[in-house]
Amino acid sequence: MKILYFASLKAKTGVGAEDVTLPASVATLADLAAWLKSRGDGFAEAFADLRTVRAAINQEHAEFDVPVKDGDEVAFFPPVTGG
Amino acid sequence: MAVRVQEADFDVGTEFNRFTQGRVDLGGVALFVGLVRGDGQSVSAMTLEHYPGMTERQLEAIEAEARKRWKLDDALIVHRAGRMLPGERIVLVMTGSAHRKDSLEACHFLIDWLKTKAPFWKFEEGPLGGKWVDAKETDDAAAKRWGE
Repeated sequence: MKILYFASLKAKTGVGAEDVTLPASVATLADLAAWLKSRGDGFAEAFADLRTVRAAINQEHAEFDVPVKDGDEVAFFPPVTGG
Repeated sequence: MAVRVQEADFDVGTEFNRFTQGRVDLGGVALFVGLVRGDGQSVSAMTLEHYPGMTERQLEAIEAEARKRWKLDDALIVHRAGRMLPGERIVLVMTGSAHRKDSLEACHFLIDWLKTKAPFWKFEEGPLGGKWVDAKETDDAAAKRWGE
């Protein structure tokens, strides 16, 4: 699975993009966020409060209860601030 | 109908002339131009990061939604990314319709929805360094006014 991080989440994790192999425990976006959170300080900080994190699956906005699978492009980012 | 994401500035007159060139069906065009606000001395520059690919898809989806809700003959969204200085143009929304109500309301809808759905993030530079800008609840409220 390809995972992308943007803006403050990229700054906190120190990662812009990575390829990961999903552990069997990950079924939804929330599971994925919980697993990522366990990977180190920057990730723990980035995913400490999911209310401040937004996600997309294959470039469409997605809620955290949506299932994910290998081959998806998942992105995590803060609420958008364009315009 | 078109969306563009670009680093370069755009010229409003050129975009307007291209939009209306050779058309006799339009009764009016509404346009909104967003500018980089300086907020006094606290912001010296701003960088807009975005999610290439998703950005274009979201802008196209927002435009398609506007076409469903209003009778639009044409629409254009141009959004800049990269580093910009206060006073610079950042976004252009243009809508054309036979009657003014459709283009005016659709233009307002597009800019409100764009601010909460298009994946752009602002990084502001100031005298004390830089910071990522937090989203405003008022933006969410403005978008919700149009319903989901």
